[in-house]
Amino acid sequence: MKEITGSEALIKSLIEEDVNTIFGYPGGAIMPIYDSLYSYLDKIDHILTRHEQGAIHAAQGYSRTSGKVGVCFATSGPGATNLITGIADAQIDSTPLVCITGQVPSQLLGTDAFQESDVIGISMPVTKWNYQITNANEITDIISRAFYIAKSGRPGPVLIDITKDAQFSNVRFNYKKCDKIRSYHPYPIIKKTKIKEAAKIINNSKKPLILVGQGVLLSKAENELLQLSEKTGIPVASTLLGLSAISCHHKNYVGYLGMHGNYGPNLKTNEADLLIAIGMRFDDRVTGDTTKYGTNAKIIHIEIDPSEIDKIIKTDVAINADAKEAILNLIPHLKKNHHKNWINEFRTCDKVEYEKIIDKEINVVEDKILMADVINRISNLTKGKSIVVTDVGQHQMVTSRYYKFSESNSNITSGGLGTMGFALPASLGAKIGQPKREVIAIIGDGGIQMTIQELATISQYNIKVKILILNNNFLGMVRQWQELFFDNRYSFTEMKNPNFNVIADGYGIKNNKVENKNDLDNCLKEFINYDGSYLLNVVVEKEENVFPMVPSGESVSNIRLE
Amino acid sequence: MKKKGIYQIKDSDKKVKEYTLSVLTEDKAGLLNSITIIFNRRKINIDSLNVSTTEVKGVSRFTIVVSSTKEKIIKVVNHINKLIDVLGAFLYEEDEIYYQEIALYKLSTKIFLKGDLVEKIIIRKYGAKILKIEKDHTIIQKTGTKAGTQKLYDELKKFGEILEFARSGRVALSKKKRKTINFLRTLEKTKSNKLNI
Repeated sequence: MKEITGSEALIKSLIEEDVNTIFGYPGGAIMPIYDSLYSYLDKIDHILTRHEQGAIHAAQGYSRTSGKVGVCFATSGPGATNLITGIADAQIDSTPLVCITGQVPSQLLGTDAFQESDVIGISMPVTKWNYQITNANEITDIISRAFYIAKSGRPGPVLIDITKDAQFSNVRFNYKKCDKIRSYHPYPIIKKTKIKEAAKIINNSKKPLILVGQGVLLSKAENELLQLSEKTGIPVASTLLGLSAISCHHKNYVGYLGMHGNYGPNLKTNEADLLIAIGMRFDDRVTGDTTKYGTNAKIIHIEIDPSEIDKIIKTDVAINADAKEAILNLIPHLKKNHHKNWINEFRTCDKVEYEKIIDKEINVVEDKILMADVINRISNLTKGKSIVVTDVGQHQMVTSRYYKFSESNSNITSGGLGTMGFALPASLGAKIGQPKREVIAIIGDGGIQMTIQELATISQYNIKVKILILNNNFLGMVRQWQELFFDNRYSFTEMKNPNFNVIADGYGIKNNKVENKNDLDNCLKEFINYDGSYLLNVVVEKEENVFPMVPSGESVSNIRLE
Repeated sequence: MKKKGIYQIKDSDKKVKEYTLSVLTEDKAGLLNSITIIFNRRKINIDSLNVSTTEVKGVSRFTIVVSSTKEKIIKVVNHINKLIDVLGAFLYEEDEIYYQEIALYKLSTKIFLKGDLVEKIIIRKYGAKILKIEKDHTIIQKTGTKAGTQKLYDELKKFGEILEFARSGRVALSKKKRKTINFLRTLEKTKSNKLNI
């Protein structure tokens, strides 16, 4: 068999794993890999971002819309350390990634060589698995392991560091896909007794509530979730990352959970007699004070990761399994039922929320532009069918509240880590992952400036994403907290922003600015209908607050409407 | 035999106690770091740590002693079990294991000239032994529990200065009759590598 270089073996391994898009940034220690890549451009596209953080967020966006493993390349030292935020983000939001970093030659390891950093040590707490390859013979085995680990079970990021000498040395290429590791058991065997116990509790419950998380999307259990809810008549509420797992227009859908979620599902958490949590992890932004959470409820937790069970909320029945498998097993044991009165209680809450908040936000009489109004119009214009990528802050919460998702896998946001700067690069990756769908990035004026250089990537590759800036010249969410909890002391939250339109011009991206409400509809229509990337800078009210709100550390029952 | 899986937390688990973790792993570099950062992240101090080979080639055993509440330590064990190269992490209370530590005491040889110290204290009372006698110093070795080696330390101190002292990490084996190899076979047979639908 003919020998090839380690770097070529790496590229061929990626092709074996059906990789067709890589996001990355070259540099000294990864040059042999980039050189090998250059011979395979008929099989693999490479998107050159303008910063390694851009590359990894793009890979995250790509993975979340395509359902594939996102792949990114970076060089050693600063290249690798620039990936860390994205890796941590992918770890906490369970996104499958394989990150390949170049490393200084093995004989220089530990010598403080130029652009050397201990990326294995640095990334250990934020990766599902990592490994340093110092010998070309390891490449095929380690890459196949990396993909198996990244995508199986609860997905997550894997980092593979490859020394430059391993990239250069020769090796025979013989690829075998990994499908088993004896110390790793990603798909727990379902316990039938647990299914029966859970079914009994569900069948006897009077006020049950299903809480869906991203696990439903990751295991592609959207249809099974619908069957479960429709057969039993149980209302469904969603976490931030669970949004779009069920259509917001479904008769059993009762809203969005958490700190800035809807009134009904938060309030009713403590009136329910059963919470059925599916593929969610009881994040503190969902639970508030855990001692006052689900106080009248039994808890059934369907969760693939055993370490999540009982971590925050103690369960009555834990089903440690893949969400789809668990629901499929559960359905035959469940009685046909309905919970009309119980769902009506949520609708009553919806009315209260509409009168107290929503009506005032979307039917504004004065000539001012509110974030909710903008998102509501976009939701209507796109019929809730777009992929929406959000950053972190007020605009993210408003979008989660007002965008009425009607298609699955449409909500891409940084949930667990709350990474400002996520949305712009994630949106370009999301578009490449689903080129036929409309992708709209909704970003605050703070967040966009953290990764604004990726406008160049969008421009260079003509990636048709829509970029909406909700611009209030403030770090709005922090300002809101300062107003509510820090006595209006606006410590370093007001910003003098650049002219975003001139910047977009500089990058060759079509753009517009809206300052008057009368122009809003027309501008949004042009924005949505334009065939190409488009940046729309919408100047919104400076000091808006997002409500409802469960104040940090308080019970979900204390949800404030104003 | 308990497979890699879930330890469940009970309500009464808030008391701080001494726990011993026995972690079987693949023999891979870097695992020590992966395991210890799980404690570090929760600010749990490790009282003692020992890594050794087992009777099965390529399998290592980490024995870790910590003082913690059961609730906290169960979360740690479940997290350790999640590490890709960990075969299984087991949690024990004191009465569920056989365990020993070894201590070495370096004393000035002069002390031993003062009478029947050696015979009475070291050999009879504490079951320690003299490892080495040099002109200027003598090494005593004792295996036992931490409390036992500490008692001898305190006793020896009464006779003169202890020049140097070192105590090993705990090594422990479960009181159950079991073989590591059978545990590995069970792991290999478990069909949890693919989704079963």
